[in-house]
Amino acid sequence: MSNTQIFNLPDVGEGLVEAEIVSWKVKAGDTVAVNDVIVEIETAKSLVELPSPYAGVVSELLVPEGQTVEVGTPIIAVAHEGAEPAAASPQPTAGAQAAAPAPEQPVPNATPEAGPLVGSGPKADPVRRRLRRGSATSTAGTRTTAGDGSAVPSGKATPPAAMHLPEPQGQAQHVPPVPADDDAAVPGAVPSGHRGEAVQAAVSRLLTRVLAKPPVRKAAKDLGINLADITPTGKGGEVTKQDLLSYQAQREAEQAAAPTFWTPRKGLLDNRIERIPVKGVRKATAKAMVESAFSAPHVSIFVDVDASRTMEFVQRLKKSRDFEGVKVSPLLILAKAVIWAAARNPSVNASWVETESGDEIHVKHFMNLGIAAATPRGLLVPNIKDAQNLSLKELAASLNELATTARAGKTKPADMQHGTLSITNIGALGIDIGTPIINPGEVAIVAFGTIRQKPWVVSGEVIPRWITTLGGSFDHRVVDGDLSARFMADVAAIMEEPALLLD
Amino acid sequence: MGAEHLPASEFDIEELEQSLVTSDPAAAPPLVQLMAPDGSVREDAKYGQYAAHLDGDALRAMYRDMALVRRFDQEATALQRQGQLLLWPPLLGQEAAQIGSGSALKPQDYVFPTYREHGVALTRGLELSKVLRLFRGVSNGGWDPRESNFHLYTLVLAAQSLHAVGYAMGVQRDGDDAVTVAYFGDGASSEGDVHESMVFAASNQSPVVFFCQNNHWAISVPTEVQSRIPLSNRASGYGFPGIRVDGNDVVAVHAVTRWALERARSGKGPVLIEAFTYRMSAHTTADDPTKYREAVEEEKWRERDPLLRLERYLRSTNTAGQDFFDQVTVEADKLAASTRADVLAMEAPDFEDHFANVYGDPHPLVQEELEWHRQYQAGFAEDNAGRAEGEAR
Repeated sequence: MSNTQIFNLPDVGEGLVEAEIVSWKVKAGDTVAVNDVIVEIETAKSLVELPSPYAGVVSELLVPEGQTVEVGTPIIAVAHEGAEPAAASPQPTAGAQAAAPAPEQPVPNATPEAGPLVGSGPKADPVRRRLRRGSATSTAGTRTTAGDGSAVPSGKATPPAAMHLPEPQGQAQHVPPVPADDDAAVPGAVPSGHRGEAVQAAVSRLLTRVLAKPPVRKAAKDLGINLADITPTGKGGEVTKQDLLSYQAQREAEQAAAPTFWTPRKGLLDNRIERIPVKGVRKATAKAMVESAFSAPHVSIFVDVDASRTMEFVQRLKKSRDFEGVKVSPLLILAKAVIWAAARNPSVNASWVETESGDEIHVKHFMNLGIAAATPRGLLVPNIKDAQNLSLKELAASLNELATTARAGKTKPADMQHGTLSITNIGALGIDIGTPIINPGEVAIVAFGTIRQKPWVVSGEVIPRWITTLGGSFDHRVVDGDLSARFMADVAAIMEEPALLLD
Repeated sequence: MGAEHLPASEFDIEELEQSLVTSDPAAAPPLVQLMAPDGSVREDAKYGQYAAHLDGDALRAMYRDMALVRRFDQEATALQRQGQLLLWPPLLGQEAAQIGSGSALKPQDYVFPTYREHGVALTRGLELSKVLRLFRGVSNGGWDPRESNFHLYTLVLAAQSLHAVGYAMGVQRDGDDAVTVAYFGDGASSEGDVHESMVFAASNQSPVVFFCQNNHWAISVPTEVQSRIPLSNRASGYGFPGIRVDGNDVVAVHAVTRWALERARSGKGPVLIEAFTYRMSAHTTADDPTKYREAVEEEKWRERDPLLRLERYLRSTNTAGQDFFDQVTVEADKLAASTRADVLAMEAPDFEDHFANVYGDPHPLVQEELEWHRQYQAGFAEDNAGRAEGEAR
């Protein structure tokens, strides 16, 4: 029986990793000479005809037309005709996974069997070298570059199916390392201590990127609209076409009105003053704010937080399959942090109650977490009932639902009652921080400023980090300065290191 | 102010001054051609004499060289397609430009090629398969340039033009009678290096010939996008002659190159030769020309094939018969076979060789690093021995 030579798909471009077998120019049984065209392949770069490296009779086509295979995959078997019996080549027909022969089988260089340099460029040389060394020192260091020489001879010794084996390693080398992917690969949610600047940069890029389909992205660019300014409603926080259109419509309306704003006109008091009756949400807001501000003596404290790890954590959650379709934002982590910190400092999750028998402080052993939301109807503070019982994912879903409902103007009164502690996110428009006013009936509110990169000192070095400012206002009748400080420090600790939530 | 034209007295080249005043820089220069595409001979008063010495033997030798390098080129392309070379820049279509110019050189002349001058390599007596060492990735060079006065292939576009001028300035200081030839393409002509080298060559009147093979395509960019004027016209801006020659006419290329070499050798300074030719194949094996140019254009140039032209001449004048062409084919196939065998037998250098290339003399630091490397490698061997045992069980 004649020996069989296997031709592996070469890298015909520079650094290509795969190609499609477009059409075979030969079939089993055909006789081919060296350089006869045997197959047409299509790479990412071009259609290419491959000439046969062997002379002989085609014994088998190993890849059907239309299939895309990786560089290095055996595509054709050509049986020797005549001489060169020296080359110990296997017979792929046997099907059985012939046990690998001697690990290092010296291959005669002068015959076509000398290992083709398939996919040679970016291969993992050191790995191969490691396998090759020692077992056959006589040939060590004398083979061709890139270690493929060793991969191919061993491949030849096994049936085609097994010849893929060295490839995945090689393939991995073709993929440029994306730091964010590495993050995703880190088991658990714990950021692993020090991270390189590259990771930082990659995270920054990811964080600043708003999700949107390319046509939406382009339309926004053409309109001069920053996607980040648009409230996304799409799956996973994506800005949809509709979002863009409504934003544009609103913006146009505002901008169109601007030039005439100062012009006196009929219907106004003295033609110059617009009279707006206070009612509905505006009225309720006013009443609540007065009630709160003048009955509860506010004390406000602020803290700057390095939220970089929160941002990384959010990125990981976004990529995680568990959170697919769920919008994840730093607010989620803050909400979790507030719940966590409230359990450690229960007095903040309370209310001041005046009864006939005297004043009481009611400490709530549940958390109805209020989230202040700007809605078409005005400011609303719907709350998530029993938020303490929710898992991170459930909390994310609840936040999502709460926001969507509020924006749609469909928040029910019941949604806004019996809140125990609130969060207001004032960073959406780029504001660093402000003094929040406590939602009536509660004794604490946490304000969340914008998160942006700022110079930050880490281990004596100034480096860019994602910084936010947290603010809190507390009813001093219930919460003293030290308690409010401890509570805020706890919230800040989670934002700095979300992993603490695990304890 | 009355003076509309200030005297340009700093130019002492009368001919040049004249041309600056009268010529339109965008006008196509005359194309030097001594043999038309149909194989008929053309007269040229100035350059004809430089081809007069080419007898039947010389012309047959030129054809043979062109055929050999074309076959070699085909084989290298096939080897790349078979995974035996990482990359290959084919010369198909540029054989006359390379063989014609290379055959005009004297042994002491020194060539600075790009990465496509396989034909020039042949004329310099370089064993062609050595060229493939670089493209197989087993060498950073592949040959000793001092043996053939054919410098290593330069992959950095146009860098070799500076090397050529520097070498030529050295030749001036040594008082040798060598000329250097800087080969480059129309694409590289847009590089700053070419400008700098031409400025230096002109101010030093160095013995260098700038040989630009205008093969019409800088990968996917056509020449007319890069230059609003014919490339050879640029030379007058530097103050030396620029000649456009039919790059597919091996006789004309030879003659013009010979003229330029003699001129440079006699101390009259540099010359720019624009060999008007065509890259009939891809830029490299990683390129697909069908994506940026029409088949019609390729067809047009196929009719001007440099080998076909000389073959027509040789046959029509009975300078060569079928026997000759058959013999060349056999010889070319032999070259292809030996090239293939050479490539498959190429061995990568040992990693340790790199330590020898750092300093000319032994160096304690390098020695130390070499020891470290050996220790490191030895660690693998032990590791592997253990692994092999494990597998054996």
